[in-house]
Amino acid sequence: MTKTETVNHFSWTIGGPQGTGVDSSANLFLRSCAAAGLHCYGKREYHSTIKTGHSYTQIRVSETPINSHVDPVHLLTSFEKSAPLIHAHEVVPGGAFIYDPKVTDPAELDLHPEVLLVAVPFDEILTKLAEELGLPAAKAMIMKNTLAVGASLALTDFDPQYIEEALKATFSGRKAKLVAPNMKAVERGYQYIKDLGVSDKFLYRLEARPESPAQLVLNGTTAVALGKLKAGCRFQTYYPITPASDESVFLESKASEYGINVVQAEDEIASACMAVGGALTGVRASTSTSCPGFGLMAEPIGWASINEVPVVIFDYQRGAPATGLPTRHEQGDLLSARFISHGNPPRIVMAPSSLPEYFEFAFESFNIADEFQGPVIVLTDKCIGGNSQSIPPFNENSLKIRRGKMASQEELNRLAELPEFNGQFKRFKFTEDGISPRVALGQEYGIYWNTGDEHDEYGHIDEESENRQIMLAKRERKLETVAKMIPEHLQYSLHGPANADVTVVTWGASVGPLLDAMPSLNSDGISMNILVIKLFSPFPTEGVSRILNQAKVKVGFESNTTGQLAELVKMETGISMDHRVRKWTGRPISETEAVQAIREIVSQKSKEIVLTYGH
Amino acid sequence: MATNLEKSTKPLTARDFKSDVVSDWCPGCGDFGIVNAYQSVLAELAFAPHNVISCSGIGCSSKSPHLTKTYGVHTLHGRSLPFSIGIALCNPDVKVITTGGDGDGYGIGAGHFLHAGRRNVNMTYLVYNNEVYGLTKGQASPTLSLGEQPKSLPAPNPNDGVDPLALAVSAGYTFVARSYAYNKKHLTATIKRAVEHQGMAIVDILQPCPTYNDLHTKSWFDEEVEISGASFPRVYDIEAEGYCGKVQNPNDPEEVNRKEIEALTRIRKPDERKAIGVFWEVERPTFMERLYPMNPKLKETPVCKMVIADADGNPTTDLSNTYQEFFSK
Ligand SMILES: Cc1ncc(C[n+]2csc(CCOP(=O)(O)OP(=O)(O)O)c2C)c(N)n1
Ligand code: SF4
Ligand SMILES: [Mg+2]
Repeated sequence: MTKTETVNHFSWTIGGPQGTGVDSSANLFLRSCAAAGLHCYGKREYHSTIKTGHSYTQIRVSETPINSHVDPVHLLTSFEKSAPLIHAHEVVPGGAFIYDPKVTDPAELDLHPEVLLVAVPFDEILTKLAEELGLPAAKAMIMKNTLAVGASLALTDFDPQYIEEALKATFSGRKAKLVAPNMKAVERGYQYIKDLGVSDKFLYRLEARPESPAQLVLNGTTAVALGKLKAGCRFQTYYPITPASDESVFLESKASEYGINVVQAEDEIASACMAVGGALTGVRASTSTSCPGFGLMAEPIGWASINEVPVVIFDYQRGAPATGLPTRHEQGDLLSARFISHGNPPRIVMAPSSLPEYFEFAFESFNIADEFQGPVIVLTDKCIGGNSQSIPPFNENSLKIRRGKMASQEELNRLAELPEFNGQFKRFKFTEDGISPRVALGQEYGIYWNTGDEHDEYGHIDEESENRQIMLAKRERKLETVAKMIPEHLQYSLHGPANADVTVVTWGASVGPLLDAMPSLNSDGISMNILVIKLFSPFPTEGVSRILNQAKVKVGFESNTTGQLAELVKMETGISMDHRVRKWTGRPISETEAVQAIREIVSQKSKEIVLTYGH
Repeated sequence: MATNLEKSTKPLTARDFKSDVVSDWCPGCGDFGIVNAYQSVLAELAFAPHNVISCSGIGCSSKSPHLTKTYGVHTLHGRSLPFSIGIALCNPDVKVITTGGDGDGYGIGAGHFLHAGRRNVNMTYLVYNNEVYGLTKGQASPTLSLGEQPKSLPAPNPNDGVDPLALAVSAGYTFVARSYAYNKKHLTATIKRAVEHQGMAIVDILQPCPTYNDLHTKSWFDEEVEISGASFPRVYDIEAEGYCGKVQNPNDPEEVNRKEIEALTRIRKPDERKAIGVFWEVERPTFMERLYPMNPKLKETPVCKMVIADADGNPTTDLSNTYQEFFSK
């Protein structure tokens, strides 16, 4: 053979109408590769429908950690006819296409002539298997998805024992009896390819790395749920919305194990109000939503701010405005979160930029809320929220719970002994750092009032000008206080060399493709560093300005129409981006697009680059 | 019920439940009577003031918590119920009582009003029904009848009035009553029954607003009504006439159904007079009682008192069991 093989650097796409088993195939493929010790990233795209609507997943596999998807497809697999029509053109020369000849004629597709065509008669193989297993044929047909995985992985010479491991992990407990027949389907698919003798013509190999440590395979909504549980969140409210509700439904499935109360409210206004009410009793409380629901929370967020209630709100951003692109990715709520609620009241706004950070930010958001005493908005997105990845186990060693200034019962008892005690507590006491000791509703000697009106130190309505000035300044001061308490790596981080030709300023899911693009750009001779901003209110003006003042060429890079981060950076630091890269098709940015965009900026000095790739 | 509501050990009077705040209500406002009755019930039931959480929405009536020396949670317009429910679910050991206006509860908060019934959370809801939006200068509230025109309305009301009690019964409230701000005895007794009820209780309180509702003033309520040549008091107590809305055996579906139809019929009965009393009362598992079998930890400890960290701040939640589901091998 003249051409060399590519080992453990692979992208596989499977697609079809929603509800045809595409998701199960993708899950099994990803889990099999992860079980073999490889790093995996699964990009999932689906329509806002339950059945029909084209849905597909790309699983990217690598020997080293990866944080994004790529545009080229090395192997496209399909057992129905619609997906190939859409994805055939993405398969690279030297790649392969596995299809069912009963429904697909490759001659009709936009395929590169150097794509290896592999016909697999799915129905025939499964009918035979059904006879052998004594199953009704229809029962066997639903295993097309597992057969497809067996066939696909056979082409890469992947060791099938890991598929079996993955099947066992997928079908556990009551479903364990499904492992054996599905493994049979895998084997038939695998054997069919081997018998064809086509693997030799396919130059992509997946080799197990059994020595590598166990990884976690999960998506962002699950990572957030786990971070919340670890943080001691015991009250979560929600109203169903894609893609946020997966988090709450997962939490509810764990409710009895961890004693968390998960309540489905009648709308997002109610879920926010319930969470804030809950937080007043001292429990760590939270709600999760997505764009339209987040908009509805404007008023309770303001109430939590003026009443200094620690509450955590997750907003999984999706295509906007209105219902926009309900199942698609966008980073469109940055400015909305920064400014939501009338009067621009103090709030914390932050955004994690990787799956491990989804866990960490979920955990830390409660510490920050308790220390700040006010609403903490965490901006997540559909991309990291919904995509499954393999990552190292979460680092739990350094996690500490900090509850901020809470008045203990002993302190309250002591205050009650004082001759001037009048049976009520100065919950909003004027303090130097702006933060006042907090009591939980129901504590003895802690009686105070909450109100959305401006109020005095006891929480009674007070419209006097002087009180307004002092009280508002006290609340504003808390932002400065808490800014000093938030560790720098939760505020921003710089990746790559301190001095670089290009400095890219980005956030959230746009970070992954840039990190992955770094080696390709470096080998082109382009030195790039990436400034990831994770805290937007209070804004880390000093740190960000210091880095940007040294930057040669500044590039804003994000998934929204107007370049919201660039706008915010300009507002907070006065520094403008020299170039802007934006994407708003509802599809996340790929590593491939990141590489091309930065190359174009360096070579052609393009001011504005709008990315559009992907289905 | 699994509440551990601690009562006061020393005798209390209504005075003990009054804060230092001076009310800003108009002279002659019906709200005074209601808040006085409320405070005397708290004293009668010997609640320790710190165990009572007085909540409200926004409106004249919603200022009540500031006048009351318990914990106060004066929330957003229409949102007092979800706030209150959050409190009641996270700390079932306190008594949550929500006050608010008819606009607050049946207008902007109508969605929450309905869904609160479905959950039967253990709490009390007192609605000051003056048929107007007092605090915004007298516009029509959802309880104002079609064609009526109190003095702030530029034209007669083109909307039908809603019947909150019929809605409450249908929505699942387990204690549904009406009282009148100036019938101190009835009001106090009814609030007391509502507060003692285990589950979601509502008392809709007829409240004259002398400033904006010039149709239904105190003297209008106090008038006698002529029916077939005889005079009757405008406001009358259905229970004094022998009506009983209480379900004796909540496990008897036939009785429950019969009484529910009776209650709805009684509430919707065309009437020139104003009926007060308890229309519907039934014992049903509260929201927390429904959750306990599914989530027994909630019964052991209210979520607000669960231990989440050790003395050094290390989280005590152990996720290892759940991680197993996600490990690649
Ligand atoms: C979201 C919102 N919309 C409007 C208002 C203005 N507002 C304040 S009080 C009120 C009506 C109060 O009427 P009701 O609830 O019947 O109470 P009352 O004053 O009659 O006791 C309104 C509309 C507000 N505070 N918030
Ligand atoms: S406007 Fe009406 S309801 Fe409001 S305080 Fe005055 S009298 Fe009472
Ligand atoms: Mg009113």
